[in-house]
Amino acid sequence: MSHKLQVSVFVSIGQHPKSQRPRRADQDARALEMGLQLVGCYPQLLDLNNLKLIHVGESNEPVLRSYIGMGVPELTLLEQSADCDAVDASVSYLKQQQSRILLTGSRSECGEGSGMFPILLAEKLGWPLVSKVAEVVSLSEDKVEVLQALPRGQRRKLSVSLPCVLTVDSAAALPRQSAYGPASRGMISSVTVTDPVAGVEQWQYAPAQKRPKRLKQVKAKTAADRFKAATAKTQGDGGRVMKSESTDEKAQAILDMLVEEGVLKEAQSS
Amino acid sequence: MSNVIRRDPRAQWIARNRLHPLHQATVETEVRGPSGLIRKNPHAVGFIGPNGIKRIDRLAGNAAHTTVRRSTSQEAVEVQLPLHTVEQAEFYVAVVVDLVGGRLTSHDKDVLGQGHQLVNASAQNGAVVAVVFAGSDSDIKEQGFDLAGADRLMVITGKEYDGYSPENKIAILQSIDLAISPRHWLFPDSQAGGHELGIRLAARLAERAATGVWKVSADQISCRGGGDLTDISRPLTRILVLAEECADPVDEFRCEAKLMPLEQAPESISRIQDLGPVSVDPSQIALAEAEFILSAGNGIRNWDQFHAVATQLGATEGASRVAVDDGFMPRERQVGATGTWVSARVYVAVGISGAIQHLQGIGQCEKVIAINIDAGCDMVKRANLSVIGDSEEILQALSEKLNQQKVVDDVA
Repeated sequence: MSHKLQVSVFVSIGQHPKSQRPRRADQDARALEMGLQLVGCYPQLLDLNNLKLIHVGESNEPVLRSYIGMGVPELTLLEQSADCDAVDASVSYLKQQQSRILLTGSRSECGEGSGMFPILLAEKLGWPLVSKVAEVVSLSEDKVEVLQALPRGQRRKLSVSLPCVLTVDSAAALPRQSAYGPASRGMISSVTVTDPVAGVEQWQYAPAQKRPKRLKQVKAKTAADRFKAATAKTQGDGGRVMKSESTDEKAQAILDMLVEEGVLKEAQSS
Repeated sequence: MSNVIRRDPRAQWIARNRLHPLHQATVETEVRGPSGLIRKNPHAVGFIGPNGIKRIDRLAGNAAHTTVRRSTSQEAVEVQLPLHTVEQAEFYVAVVVDLVGGRLTSHDKDVLGQGHQLVNASAQNGAVVAVVFAGSDSDIKEQGFDLAGADRLMVITGKEYDGYSPENKIAILQSIDLAISPRHWLFPDSQAGGHELGIRLAARLAERAATGVWKVSADQISCRGGGDLTDISRPLTRILVLAEECADPVDEFRCEAKLMPLEQAPESISRIQDLGPVSVDPSQIALAEAEFILSAGNGIRNWDQFHAVATQLGATEGASRVAVDDGFMPRERQVGATGTWVSARVYVAVGISGAIQHLQGIGQCEKVIAINIDAGCDMVKRANLSVIGDSEEILQALSEKLNQQKVVDDVA
C-alpha cells in the first residue's frame, strides 16, 4: 500500500446571517468541498479514509451531520464545553495524527470571529499558513500550489511546502449539497477534552448595533465657508487637459498613466 | 454738574462734515448721542473700493472673491496646516498600513487617526509610527504621510516584502516590537492583508488581538463578532485590528513623518513562495469591485474596437446609461447611480460627458482618465487626465502602442 497524505478539515457551526439559525458555516463547508475535490483529483495521493473531519465543541449539534452528508464517512468530535479553548485541544489531537494539510474557513460565523484559530494552530504546530485560498492548482508529496483570492477579484499563485495550513476564502468553489441519508448514517466519534480559556470573563456580547454612518464634516469657521462647502461642485483639482497635442502623444500620456498606476498587468509581466 | 454730558455742537458738526480738515480726528473717538448712548458712525464703516465707490465688507474678509476666484482656490489648496511635533516620544503607537497600490487607503488614514486618538487620550507624550512595507522605494507613491498623521515613518523595503510574504513581515514586526515596544499595535481589518498581519503578530507575541474594532474609548472597546451579528465590549487590548471608519482621519494638523531607522533586519525563512499574480478574465470580475474599468458612452461609434482595446488592456468593461439603453452593452455593465457604484482605482471614460448620476457612480474612483471630444464637459472637470479628441482615433493609437510594447517585450 502506497503512503497516502492525510488531510484534516476543521469545521465549525455557522449562523445564518438573517435567521441566525445554526447552519453549516459557509467557508468551512467550502473547505470540506476543497478537501473532497482534492480526493477526487489526486486518487494516488489521497483517499477518503484519510480525509479527517474534525469539530471542536459541544456534542448534540444536528448541524454537524450536514457536513457528514457531503460524503465523509466519519466526523471526529473533540468534545468540550463552549467556554474552552479549541486550539490546545486541536493541537494535542493533531500531534497524534499524521495530517499533512489542514483545511479550514478563514473566519467563524459566530463567537468572536477573529480568524485566530488557524493562525494559532499553525503557530503552535510550526507549520506555514496560507490564507484566503480560492483553489488548489496542484498537489504533490511535499508541495502544494494554490490560488489565493485577493481583493477586486484578483488571484495570486503561491507555492507552499507541506505540512501546511490552508484557510479557505468565500471565493472558493461552492460546497456540494448535503445528503440526509448518509448524514444520518455517518459516524461521530468523540474525544472529551477540557481546557477552559482565560481572559474572556469581562466580555459582554450584545446584538450588533447599526453603526452610525459617517457624515461629511464641515469644519468651516464662518458662514461664507459653510456656504461654499455646501454649494461646491465636486470637481477634481482640474487635472491635466491635453487638447492640441497629436493623437500619438495623447495615447502615450494615457499609457504612461496606466503604467504608473500599475494596472497594465500583461504589459508589465510579459 | 460735571456728571452731565454736554453736547458740543461744533464737534458734532465737524464729525458730520467729512470734508472738514479736522474730521479725521473726530472719527476715532466715540460719539455720544443726546441721551449719552454711544452712536455708531455709519460713515466710518467700510472702505473706498477700487472704482471709487464705498464698499462695506460685512463678511469680515471672508467673502468669495469673484474677480480672482482661480487664484484663491489655488491658495486654499496650499494652506499649511500647523505642524505637530514630537521631540522625545515617551511611548509609541505602531500602525501597520496596507498601502494598496503604493498609496494610503482611506481605511489606513482612519487607523492613523485612531492612533492619534490613543496618543491624545494619554497624559504622556506619544508618537504614531507608521510601518510601511514595500517591494522597492519606487513602489511607495504616497506623498502625504505627514498629512495622514504619521509622526514617525518606518519604511521597510526589499524584494522579500513584495507580494505575499507574511512570514518575513512578521519577523520585522517582531523585531520592531522588541526595539520600541509600542503601547499599541494598530492594523486595518482589511482584505488587503492588514487583518492577517494583525492576527499573525498576535499569535507570534502570544497575545489576544481584538478584531473588527469599531469603537475605542478610554479602556473599553467594541468589536464586531463573527458574521457581523454581535457586538463584543471588552477591555482595551494591545493589538487592535480596526474596522473601517473606526475614527476620523487626521485633518487639522500635519505631522513630521520623520524617518525612523530599523536596526538590522532579522533573517527569516519563508516557506511560502509567491509565484506572482495570475491573469483573471476581466469580464468575470464584478463591476463593483473591478480595479480597472474602461467605460463607454454615447461617444463610441466603433464598438468592436472598444471591446478589442478593453481586452488588450485587460480592463473590465463598463458603460454609461445611454450606451446601455441603446443596446450596445448589457444592463449589468452600467455605471452610475442607477447602475453599479464602482470603486475602481483607474477609470477610463471614453465618450462619456459625465451626467451627475454617472459622476456619483464613480465617486470612489481614484484616477479618472477622460477621452472626450468636448473639452467643456463635466467628466473633463472630474478627470485627472483629459484627452480631447476623437475617441476612435485615440483608441486606435492606444491599441497600436500596446501592440508595439508587446512586440518589444516579446523580443526582449
